[in-house]
Amino acid sequence: MRRLATAVALAMALALGTQAAAATDTTLAAVKQRGELICGANGTLAGFGMPDPQGNWTGFDVDFCRAIAAAIFNDPQKVKFVPLTAKDRFTALQSGEIDVLSRNTTWTLSRDTSLGLDFAAITYFDGQGFMVRKALKVSSALELSDASVCVQQGTTSELNLADYFRSNRMSLKSVTFATGEEALKAYESGRCDAYTTDSSGLYGERLELTDPSQHIVLPEIISKEPLSPVVRHGDNQWTDIVRWTHFVMIDAEELGINKGNVDAKLKSNDPETRRLLGVEGQYGEALGLTNDWAYRIIKHVGNYGESFERNIGQGSPLKIVRGLNALWTKGGLQYGPPVR
Amino acid sequence: MSAIGDQAYLRDVAAEKLPAPAERTGVIGWLRENLLSSPTNIVLTLACIVVIAWVVPPLVRFFLVDAVWSGADRDACLASPLQTQPGACWAFMRIWFSYFVYGFYPLAERWRVDVFFVALAFGIVWLAWLSAPRRDLGGLYFFVVLPILSFVLLHGAPLIGLPVVPTSLWGGILVTVVVATIGMVFSLPLGILLALGRNSEMPVTKAAAVGFIEFVRGVPLITVLFMASVMLPLFVPERFAPDKLVRALIGVALFASAYMAEVVRGGLAAVPRGQYEAARVLGLSYWRMMGLVILPQALRVTLPNIVNTFIGLFKDTTLVFVVGIFDFMRTVEAARADPKWTTPNTTVTAYVFAALFYFVCCYGMSRYARSVEARLTRAGRR
Repeated sequence: MRRLATAVALAMALALGTQAAAATDTTLAAVKQRGELICGANGTLAGFGMPDPQGNWTGFDVDFCRAIAAAIFNDPQKVKFVPLTAKDRFTALQSGEIDVLSRNTTWTLSRDTSLGLDFAAITYFDGQGFMVRKALKVSSALELSDASVCVQQGTTSELNLADYFRSNRMSLKSVTFATGEEALKAYESGRCDAYTTDSSGLYGERLELTDPSQHIVLPEIISKEPLSPVVRHGDNQWTDIVRWTHFVMIDAEELGINKGNVDAKLKSNDPETRRLLGVEGQYGEALGLTNDWAYRIIKHVGNYGESFERNIGQGSPLKIVRGLNALWTKGGLQYGPPVR
Repeated sequence: MSAIGDQAYLRDVAAEKLPAPAERTGVIGWLRENLLSSPTNIVLTLACIVVIAWVVPPLVRFFLVDAVWSGADRDACLASPLQTQPGACWAFMRIWFSYFVYGFYPLAERWRVDVFFVALAFGIVWLAWLSAPRRDLGGLYFFVVLPILSFVLLHGAPLIGLPVVPTSLWGGILVTVVVATIGMVFSLPLGILLALGRNSEMPVTKAAAVGFIEFVRGVPLITVLFMASVMLPLFVPERFAPDKLVRALIGVALFASAYMAEVVRGGLAAVPRGQYEAARVLGLSYWRMMGLVILPQALRVTLPNIVNTFIGLFKDTTLVFVVGIFDFMRTVEAARADPKWTTPNTTVTAYVFAALFYFVCCYGMSRYARSVEARLTRAGRR
C-alpha cells in the first residue's frame, strides 16, 4: 500500500515536472503542437466579437485572432474562441487558458505593469463620444453647455464627462442611470439632449432608437480608450507575432494590397510589397513563422481596412467611420512600421 | 291544538326538486358569488376590469397583432409606411433560435443534442409519471444509463465515430438544462446526506456537515463560481484543471446541496420523535430506520420546499455567465446585440422570450409538485 502511494506520488511529480518543462516552452510551440490558437474574445459586443446565429464567431477582434491563426497555420479556422467577461479575462490569460486576449481591452499603465501582461499594439482607437438629435442643430460637443447628458452611473464615462465639461468651462447637467440601457431609453424619450458612452458602442446603440437617422454622433472624442490585444509577459517572440500581425495588416492597406489582389501583388516589382509578402527576405522566419505569413493573413482575412469595413465600418450595420483609425496617410493614427 | 292537528296536511311524497334559482347557479351565480358579493367586491371587480382593459389589448397588439413574424434583417422590424407601429420582432427570434438552443455547438453535430433532449425528456417522464410501468427500471435508466449516454452524445467518443465537442462550444438551453439537471440530481442525495450528518451524534461527521453547510450558505453563488473558475487554474497546472463547465457544475451542485440540506433538515425536524423511537424499538438499523420510516415522511412534508429550491436553482443557473459560460440567458443577451437586428423592439422581444422560457419551466415544475403533493396528501389520509 505504501509503495503504491509512493509510486503515485512519484508519477504525479514526474507529470508536474514535465508540465513545468512544457511551460518554459514558447507559446508559439505550444500553439503549433496543439494545432489551434486559443483566443479570448468578448462574445456579446456587436461588430467586435460575437457569434452569428449559426454559432460562428465574427467581428473585428475575432478577425484579428483569425489573422494570427492564418499566419501560423495558413487556416483562419484553426482558432478556438473562449468567451470571457470583463472580470475573468486577465486571469484566463495569466493562467494560460488562452494564448491571446482580443477583447476590446483598454491599454493603461496600471494594467500593463501590474498584471504581468503585455499589450501588443493598438488595433482600435476608441474614446468617449456624444450622440445628439439632429433637431438640436449642434455640430460640436463644445456647444453642449447647459445641455442635459444621459450617462451610465459609476463608469469612467461619467468621470470623463465631468472632466471634459469642467476643463472647457461649460456647465453640465448630467442625468445618471444604473445601466446603459436605461440611459439610452431616457435619452430617446427626451429626458436628455445628449447621450454619451464609448463611441464604438454609440453606433450600435443608435440602431436601437426608433429612428436612427434622426440622431448623429458628434466628432469629438473626449477620452482615450486605446484597445489592444494582450499577451503574457515574458514571451517576446509571441508578443512580436501578435504585434506584427496588426502591423502587416496596416502596411498591406497602405500598399494597396487586399484579399482580392494579393495573388497578383506577388508578382509586383515594388520592393516594399515584395518584402511584405515574403517574396524577398526572410522576415517571417525571423518571427518563427514561414516567410509567406503576411501573404496568408491578407489572403484569408484581408488588410486592416477590409476587416474594419466588413465588421464595423460601412459594410456593416454599425457604419462606424474610420476617424482616428484611418491610416496615418489619411489623417488617422494607424501607422505600421516597415517590414525590412 | 287538536283542531289544528285535524287540519294538518302531511305531505307523503317528496317535493319535486326545483333547480337552484338562476341567479345562484351557472355563470351568473358564479359572478355574483365571486365577483359581486359585496360593495367592496363590486368596486374591486370594476377596478380589475379597468386595469385588464387598459393593459391587455396593447400587449396583445404588440406581441401578436402588430408583431413581425418573418423577415431577413432589421428592416423588417422597423417602422415603415405599411406598418407605422411595428410590434415584437419575432423574426429575429426565429433566425437566432437555433443559437439559443445549441450555442456554438457545431452545425453538423447538433442532432446529438436533439437526441440528448429526447432521451432526457423520456427519462423525466418515466420517473415523473407516477403510474408509469417499471419505474425501478426508469430509475436505473435515469441515474445510470442516461448520464453515460449524455456524456457520450454531448462530449463525443472518437472510438465510435462521434467527434469530441469541447464544452466551450456548448451553449444556450443545452447548458441551462445540463447545469440545472446535474444540480438537481446531485443536490438532493448530497443534501440528504448532509442533513443526516448535521443531525448525527458523531462529532466529526456533525462538525464536517455543519462546517460545509454554513460555509457554502455564507458565500454567494457568484463567489463560489468565481473561486472555481478563476482561482483554481492559478493553483493547479493547466492540464490538471478540470474543464470550465465541470468546474461550474461542481460549484452549482455543492452550492445547491447546502441549501437542500437545510430543507431536508426542516423535514426531519417535523417527524415526531416517537417515529424514531418506534423504528428503533422494532430493531431497525440506522439506515433502514432513515430509509423506511423517517425520510419518506420527512421528504413528503418538505416537498414544497424541495421544489422551491429546485426552482431557485434553475434560475440561478443564469449566474454561470460570469465565468464565461454561455447559458440560455447569455445567448439571448448576445443575440440582442446583433447589429443586423437591433431595433427599438428587439431587446423587449428577446427578454420576453427569455422570461416565457423560464416561466414555462418553473411553472411546470411547480404544477407537477402540486399534483404529487395532492396525491401524497390523499395517500396520507388513508
